[in-house]
Amino acid sequence: MPSLKDLRNRIASVNATQKITKAMQMVAAAKLRRTQTAAEAARPYAARMEKVLTNLAASIGTSGHVPGLLGGGGDTVHLLVVCTAERGLCGAFNSSIARLAREAAVSLMAQGKTVKILCVGKKGHDILRRQFGRQIIEVIDLRSVRALGFGDADTIGRKIVTLHAAGEFDVCTLFFSRFKSVIAQIPTAQQIIPLALPADAKAASSGAAYEYEPDEEEILAALLPRNISIQVLRALLENAASEQGARMSAMDNASRNAGEMIRKQTMKYNRSRQAMITKELIEIISGAEAL
Amino acid sequence: MAAFHFEIVSPEKLVFSGDAEAVTIPGTEGEFTVFKDHAPLISSMKPGVVVIEETPTKQMRLFVPGGLAEVAPSGLTILADQAIDLAHLDAAKLNARIGGFEEEIARATTDEARRAAVEKRDQLQELKAALKI
Repeated sequence: MPSLKDLRNRIASVNATQKITKAMQMVAAAKLRRTQTAAEAARPYAARMEKVLTNLAASIGTSGHVPGLLGGGGDTVHLLVVCTAERGLCGAFNSSIARLAREAAVSLMAQGKTVKILCVGKKGHDILRRQFGRQIIEVIDLRSVRALGFGDADTIGRKIVTLHAAGEFDVCTLFFSRFKSVIAQIPTAQQIIPLALPADAKAASSGAAYEYEPDEEEILAALLPRNISIQVLRALLENAASEQGARMSAMDNASRNAGEMIRKQTMKYNRSRQAMITKELIEIISGAEAL
Repeated sequence: MAAFHFEIVSPEKLVFSGDAEAVTIPGTEGEFTVFKDHAPLISSMKPGVVVIEETPTKQMRLFVPGGLAEVAPSGLTILADQAIDLAHLDAAKLNARIGGFEEEIARATTDEARRAAVEKRDQLQELKAALKI
């Protein structure tokens, strides 16, 4: 049976925790708005880029020469780019991305493929380190980055392209969390090398015969690495929005739990205080009666 | 003059979307102007200024460090690496920013940081040269 002082201390500490979680929730809500607009602002470019690439790929497909980033490579070495947050306390956000990546890695290894992992964000590395310590080739830290821009994504994109050019891997898959709404973030795996174009690429293209300046191959050669960077940027921005959304709902839950706990402890505190008073009264009365 | 649909997007946002009468683009193989019913064309761009004429009197000038222009029957789309409105720029501001990157280059401790800063400075110098200010 805890003493009254213990109970008082416990209530005070839960109160302090609740203040922190409430503050974190509000910060996450403010950041969410910013990251969400950023993620939505980045969508048009990615969509237009895909359209142009589809058109290009459809016209290149007939000429026969296909660059390595579009396909034609092997299927033995897989690179998994796992994008997670730099900070915790955001519910199952980091662990659900890591779980998806882990499942993919395990099933690929069971098929006898080689797996390499590139971690973007510290949390994913922390989770995957124990099981895949030897597969992790690099960890990219974005903690110093304040506002995510194209430059940061481009650095990662270029790294991936350089690795691919050096023949370090054949297939590259991006793991991130797609932002659907504040309460729903969907962990997603997206293959970026070779580029997965819609199956009906021919039908989807506008059918116009384009002129190219300079020629198709040169434009495609410039566009494909750029597309990798764009996809990375999109993944990072979606991730940032998802992280804040996940943190917001996690902190909302935590505040609610803390409120519940405070209510229970206060009840317990009052009960034992009353019990103590009753006990003392009984002692006094029975003492008086004994005289 | 007839207008056609025009869009310019940078990785971070949709910069302009609407109708324009003429757009001048700095293509890698030479500058060209797109009017309504231009033949379908895909061209890469070199650093330069995109001039958008919404009406003959209303002009907008944007600096782009590179990218891709696509003329389709449905309209013109520019995928720019970046787009800076020249109305918000002047020589003093530009020089201050170039100076800022020079300092960053001097301070940089890693190759990566230095490369990024040099790249940014060069872009700004290109912009300055393009504007002749």
